[in-house]
Amino acid sequence: MYRIIFNRPIAERIKHMRVVAPFIASKRRPGNFVILIPDEKGERIPLTIVDSDPHQGTIDLIYQEVGTSTFKLGLKREGDYLYRIVGPLGKPTHIEKFGTVVAIGGGVGIAPLYPIAKGMKEAGNRIVTILGARKKELIILEKEMGEISDDLRVWTDDGSYGKKGLVTHGLQELIDEGLKIDMVLAIGPAIMMKFVTKMAAEHNLPIIVSLNPIMVDGTGMCGACRVVVGGEIKFACVDGPEFDGHQVDFDNLILRLKAYRKYEIESLERFAGFYPEVKTYLQGGVR
Amino acid sequence: MTRQPARFPEELKKKLRARFNEDWRKELRRKISVKERLAIERVAMPENEPMERIKGFFEVNKGYTPEMAMEEARRCLDCANPTCVLGCPVAIDIPTFIKLIEKGDFIGAVKIIKETNSLPAVCGRVCPQEDQCEGHCAYVKMGKKPVAIGNLERFVADYERAAGEVEIPEIKLKKGKKVAVIGAGPAGLTAAGELAKMGYDVTIFEALHEPGGVLMYGIPEFRLPKSILKEELDYLRRLGVKIITDFVVGKTATIEELKEEGYEAFFIGSGAGAPWFLGLPGEELNGVYSANEYLTRVNLMRAFQFPEYDTPIPRGKRVAVIGAGNTAMDAVRTAKRLGAEHAMIVYRRSRAEMPARIEEIKHAEEEGIEFIFLTNPKRFIGDENGWVKQMECIRMELGEPDASGRRRPIPIPGSEFLIDVDIVIIAIGTKPNPLIPQTTPGLELAKWGEIKVNWDTMETSIPGVFAGGDIVRGGATVILAMGDGRKAAYQIDRFLSEKRD
Ligand SMILES: Cc1cc2nc3c(=O)[nH]c(=O)nc-3n(C[C@H](O)[C@H](O)[C@H](O)COP(=O)(O)OP(=O)(O)OC[C@H]3O[C@@H](n4cnc5c(N)ncnc54)[C@H](O)[C@@H]3O)c2cc1C
Ligand code: SF4
Ligand code: FES
Repeated sequence: MYRIIFNRPIAERIKHMRVVAPFIASKRRPGNFVILIPDEKGERIPLTIVDSDPHQGTIDLIYQEVGTSTFKLGLKREGDYLYRIVGPLGKPTHIEKFGTVVAIGGGVGIAPLYPIAKGMKEAGNRIVTILGARKKELIILEKEMGEISDDLRVWTDDGSYGKKGLVTHGLQELIDEGLKIDMVLAIGPAIMMKFVTKMAAEHNLPIIVSLNPIMVDGTGMCGACRVVVGGEIKFACVDGPEFDGHQVDFDNLILRLKAYRKYEIESLERFAGFYPEVKTYLQGGVR
Repeated sequence: MTRQPARFPEELKKKLRARFNEDWRKELRRKISVKERLAIERVAMPENEPMERIKGFFEVNKGYTPEMAMEEARRCLDCANPTCVLGCPVAIDIPTFIKLIEKGDFIGAVKIIKETNSLPAVCGRVCPQEDQCEGHCAYVKMGKKPVAIGNLERFVADYERAAGEVEIPEIKLKKGKKVAVIGAGPAGLTAAGELAKMGYDVTIFEALHEPGGVLMYGIPEFRLPKSILKEELDYLRRLGVKIITDFVVGKTATIEELKEEGYEAFFIGSGAGAPWFLGLPGEELNGVYSANEYLTRVNLMRAFQFPEYDTPIPRGKRVAVIGAGNTAMDAVRTAKRLGAEHAMIVYRRSRAEMPARIEEIKHAEEEGIEFIFLTNPKRFIGDENGWVKQMECIRMELGEPDASGRRRPIPIPGSEFLIDVDIVIIAIGTKPNPLIPQTTPGLELAKWGEIKVNWDTMETSIPGVFAGGDIVRGGATVILAMGDGRKAAYQIDRFLSEKRD
């Protein structure tokens, strides 16, 4: 069993959980993820390992409450247990000294971005960070990202914090300033990665993205996580989750992510019947 | 591939001969004449009604009653030269166990089976008996239905469990040596059980959150109830085997790292879990599944109980399964149970070439599964939401036999046609998962990534590391996996006994 050290909100509907998982804590590298099951009847869901403490044997996870599984996680208290965690899974990030790395994180995608950017920083890269979200309340890890960034800029859709605009505007701004960019890292919603990649292509910039398809086992056994990369089918859980953005078929990823939408809503509505706090959220309309 | 001795090895011959000549056996042979025995009809397996059973996931076969088992046992002629034994990959002493059933000694019968088969309740249900023991039965040569060896094996195994008489063998002196078993499928479970009985300190490392391998995530409840697997696992735990789930060897720790933890020998039984896809356009569409994903969602994650369980599975109305092996039958019959109006098998060869067990094909036909033979998909067509809606197929005809001896299917030009579908399940086979090979330097592999072993010892290219089951054979069978696990256990014992500390 995997004991929860803390599970606290860090932004609107976004929580930070620290959990005891000693094997994983000592083995994980930037870019790795875990598959966890909240309770006996739960799904297997992937989450990136944001940080770890091999001495304490703990790992840190950050997630947004969007469906039944993440709401179940959100209801866990300090001292509770997670039913299962397995990992570290996926290929660790290929880290080398590229020069200047632009690290772009959108929404809860900032969480998986952090360990990778940190690894890149430790390898001697200059890190220029762009954080984006719909609004101020959804910006996470600004302080942590700030500590490893040589330059950090925040963009919000509604202008409630930082500059008003999308992360693509942020990238455009850097390009316009004449920054010599050696590598772009982009993690966030599929649609965001698609447009960042498009811009990178226009400017001949190499780009790494981290894909978040639906998974089941996370060990290459089922193919639920298949993504089209360079015209070929790849399994994100073992061949990725990071890929060369220019090769990725984002439109397919976007469609595949919607595969279970109907069921997700059905499941969440049923779950909300047991938990008034979830119900209140649902009444605000599921995005 | 079945590797079986063409002739009786001397030792086996001696054992069979000695028992054949015991007085009680002679007595039984005298009691009923061959002619009378031959006149008995094969006792049919009692089954739940097709229209009832497709409403749920309960087991199709109900099992023999003691009377039925004894009646069927009387059919066995107790041949002096029992060819059925040659057909069994683990050479169970079939006539002795059947004659014990005839005598009414069911517990005695199961003990005979367990001399070489650790999982009789499983094998009695899932072995391809028609290619193995029953296929070699003397009755077949006479043009009659073989003795129902599988049904009898299942009967005594179930009898033993129901009677609560599963014995925990006395564990010999503890050897104080740690052995790691990787993968909790039939190969790993068997190796672990044998090693524990020899006194080793055995730990199984399993990647998924439940042990059992294909028996857990692949073969559905209606064919192999999970309760049987649960009891096998309890038995192992009582033997002192530790099972650590959620541990991916190669990721959570490598074999090298486990060595540092004090494990002195290894058995890799990690199976052939990675699914093949067809490489056709549209395969990335929603609604296209590998059989592994489809069955895992339903069996392991219990998606058939969604939304009580969180994992969903779409309940397709028109489900096409590509392939005709056991996995394909399991997938298509699962789809039927999930409410498919048309649950279809699409197979590029004809009925005669279907690799599934005969019983599965029979059950599928009774349940109203539609078979579309000599047909191969060419591409999958999606709707505006990226969900599969049609499958373009081409008709095939059979040409010359290929390497496998089966006639090769050849597309008929211009015969393309469309099938409406909302779910497609690809069940054309699996290959070994590369996670362990990639993280174990020095491990030699064969053509499709199978781990190479010395077939006499099941040892890999790394001393002290043994392997068996699907990871060395590619997709094979439960009985072969079990047999490998057993053989490897003895070789691990030899290896560790010879090793100087
Ligand atoms: C749907 C289906 C139906 C079948 N029907 C029949 C049938 O009717 N009769 C028959 O004889 N055979 C049947 N088979 C084939 C049979 O199930 C297999 O041949 C058999 O299970 C192989 O056993 P195994 O122990 O080698 O591997 P598996 O049963 O595949 O078990 C391997 C285990 O190892 C685990 N594992 C893998 N990698 C790692 C790792 N890195 N670290 C830790 N654990 C790991 C896996 O999670 C799994 O639990 C069927 C197969 C399928 C898929
Ligand atoms: S284990 Fe399989 S092959 Fe052997 S006797 Fe039983 S059913 Fe036949
Ligand atoms: S999640 Fe099953 S293969 Fe990737």
